[in-house]
Amino acid sequence: MTVPISWYLMLSGALFVLGTLGALTRRNGISIFLSIELMLNAGNLALVAYSRLLGQQTGQVVVFFVLAVAAAEAAVGLALFIAVYRHGRTIDVNRMNLMRW
Amino acid sequence: MEVVVFTLFALLALLSAIVVIAHRNPVYSTMSLVVTLVSVAALFVLLGAPFIAALQVLIYTGAIVVLFLFVIMLLNVQRESAAPGSGRGQKWGAVLAASAFAGMLGMLLWRTYAPVQTVPVGEDLVSLPALARRLFGEYMLPFQMIGLLLLAAVIGATVLARRDQSGGREDVR
Repeated sequence: MTVPISWYLMLSGALFVLGTLGALTRRNGISIFLSIELMLNAGNLALVAYSRLLGQQTGQVVVFFVLAVAAAEAAVGLALFIAVYRHGRTIDVNRMNLMRW
Repeated sequence: MEVVVFTLFALLALLSAIVVIAHRNPVYSTMSLVVTLVSVAALFVLLGAPFIAALQVLIYTGAIVVLFLFVIMLLNVQRESAAPGSGRGQKWGAVLAASAFAGMLGMLLWRTYAPVQTVPVGEDLVSLPALARRLFGEYMLPFQMIGLLLLAAVIGATVLARRDQSGGREDVR
């Protein structure tokens, strides 16, 4: 018996919701970033599932690009956190007030 | 057989994702993210995308997670302490927003749900040469742009994380 594609899509949706919840509730910058990676990965799972459903490789090509963008985003984001930490000695997003008047 | 493997890795992914968003220590969160990513890579193999699964393990767990751990070590991130003021309202708001989103997503999936009898994994879905031909033919321009984006990210990250060497005034402050 093969697994229906809907199961993969439901799993992907559940992972995305968990990532949303984490990104909204955590106050540590690194943890928020981890939640965003979780959401990106849920999106990748949905893309690969649809690629399987349609029997085409286009979805896999898109996942390739998403992986590259995720790598770039992680590099720049973590460098930003290093810069912010150097400025205020914290990466707690509730205590970051660089742009507050 | 396939159902057993799917259930195993799906449960593993969900449980470790819960640990990622719930654990107060970011190091444990990161290690739990590794478990999630590897489980999803196993699901990619089930879906007939072994190359993407290999990329996932190499890029995510090989590069990105190491970067995360390195930054956590560098910044000496502490455990998240109890909220000093804002807390309750934000948490309940987040739960409300996430459950509303889950409801919308669930309704969408419910309405489109059909027990599709998927065709078995075809040769053209798994084939790496076909993927390479697509990537370097049809998608050549996006591929080049991704290269440019990565170059820009490397330069940007270096500039942002660099300590000011000149000793002069810093404009960023």
